[in-house]
Amino acid sequence: MSKTQFPPSITSRPVYGELEARSGSGHLMIADAEGAEAILDLAKSVDQGFWAKAHIIYIPKKTGTKYSSQLEELGAGQYYAGPSYEAAQGRIRRALLDCHMGTQVYLSGTESLMGQAMAEATAAGIPHTAIQAEHRGSTARRMQCVHCKGITEDVTTDPFECSHCGLSLFVRDHYSRRLAAFQGVRVDAEDPGNIPEKVELFK
Amino acid sequence: MTIQFNDETFHGDFTFKNSDWAIKRFPFPFHEDSYMYSVNMEPHTSYRPGSVFERTFDVDEHYVSEMKDRARVLANDPLRCQSLPHMTLAGWDLVELIMEAKAREYPDLFELHKDGNRWRWINKPLGIDDTFTFLDESTLPYGPMEYITRQTQGDFAVLDQRDDNLWMDAGMVTTQADWSLDFDIGMNFFEWHAPVPKAHEMGIFVRALKFLLNIQQGQPARRLNWTMTVNPLLDTSPENYHKWGVMKQGLTMENIGDKQHLRVELQTFFRLPRSNALVFPIRCYLISFNDLVTVPKWARRLHRVIRDLPEELATYKGFIDNRPLMVEWLSQFDDGSPTSDGIWPDDD
Repeated sequence: MSKTQFPPSITSRPVYGELEARSGSGHLMIADAEGAEAILDLAKSVDQGFWAKAHIIYIPKKTGTKYSSQLEELGAGQYYAGPSYEAAQGRIRRALLDCHMGTQVYLSGTESLMGQAMAEATAAGIPHTAIQAEHRGSTARRMQCVHCKGITEDVTTDPFECSHCGLSLFVRDHYSRRLAAFQGVRVDAEDPGNIPEKVELFK
Repeated sequence: MTIQFNDETFHGDFTFKNSDWAIKRFPFPFHEDSYMYSVNMEPHTSYRPGSVFERTFDVDEHYVSEMKDRARVLANDPLRCQSLPHMTLAGWDLVELIMEAKAREYPDLFELHKDGNRWRWINKPLGIDDTFTFLDESTLPYGPMEYITRQTQGDFAVLDQRDDNLWMDAGMVTTQADWSLDFDIGMNFFEWHAPVPKAHEMGIFVRALKFLLNIQQGQPARRLNWTMTVNPLLDTSPENYHKWGVMKQGLTMENIGDKQHLRVELQTFFRLPRSNALVFPIRCYLISFNDLVTVPKWARRLHRVIRDLPEELATYKGFIDNRPLMVEWLSQFDDGSPTSDGIWPDDD
């Protein structure tokens, strides 16, 4: 899957780049689904010594085993594949805690994964100049319901139903790095029951 | 003068009302017959005795009831007041700024007595008499920012300054025009303004930020902003939009004068001395259309501004559906005669 070009409309949304290997005391790579491709692309330009100091945390999601064996064969010092971000979260926090000065952090895949890992990395004191991010794969959004504050993952339509309170929400183009989420606001607040048909905006 | 404080509500039965005094001093935001965004900053110096620009922090007849409404909103949703850990010192700066200004400018209502760091604060309208140690959080019932902003009208955004940007790292937000502190906390100036249409392309935010970064201690600035609110609702938060949004329905030629309110924000900006943070009070004033048209110049001008406002702005400000009705109702009060420059009522 090719790299995603986002429309330039949302000022609060992070701008994603392209992963490049940098010299560092360690390399922490966190990716989900098609995000594996960004790591595999980066692998074409590094020598074997790079991987000894690398730790790959990978969440395949719907891609199953499509990329996991290729990633494992890169020979990273540590390799982990987990079923969900939530399941991997403890390990991610520990890996960030164990980072030494000069560790490089590489994030790739969905905005949800990159946003959450970015917030964790920042909270752990990793300087933003040592964090790279590359978007690959689904453009589904992680949404926070502004009313009940619950997070709904992998939203592809507008409007959508909040998975916590059940209100129909529209997707406001406003992004919080702290929450790693876009804002969802009740679509029929001014005219209850008048809910527009769902449109698939994100895939 | 001694202020007679109203006993009124900003929700439920909506008993909020402006006296003739409050109408006359209302900060009407339009200095000409049309409106477009601008960086309309001016020094926040004392101006026009009796007006809302006279004092550092204006106290009016709504003070006590607004503070009750704030306490109610906070009890329902404590996340309306947040302060990231590095902002506590800025909170103390704010305590000092507000207490000193109020005690100096309203000596009949507020007193501040200092004995070194031991301070005694008397707030007569709210019946508060507290003694605490300045810079010692354990001696106040709330964090310093929350403590003083539970006693001061208007929302407060406390902005940290670093990397040539301003960061919304603390705030007390219960009277807002549809933005969420809980969502926006930690954002920089451009990020929290992301949903505003047009102004980014016009370069408004780049110029405004440049101005704000250079605000010096003792040289505060101010500007007015405005929107529309149906019913005198202070808490028009996105959190509760699913409860108040429906109020925009059901306006008629008969009830619009009573229900539709012009909502004006007096925004001020102060540099804080110890933290170098910027505090951004956003004070909300409401006036019903019925009260507003008692000033003929304002009636004529509001009609023209609302009629000619670009559609994107009417949409962003949330009154596009009700605009035709507003214009029709206001047109009754516009005979087409010219209006004088500036925001003040004509003296006749």
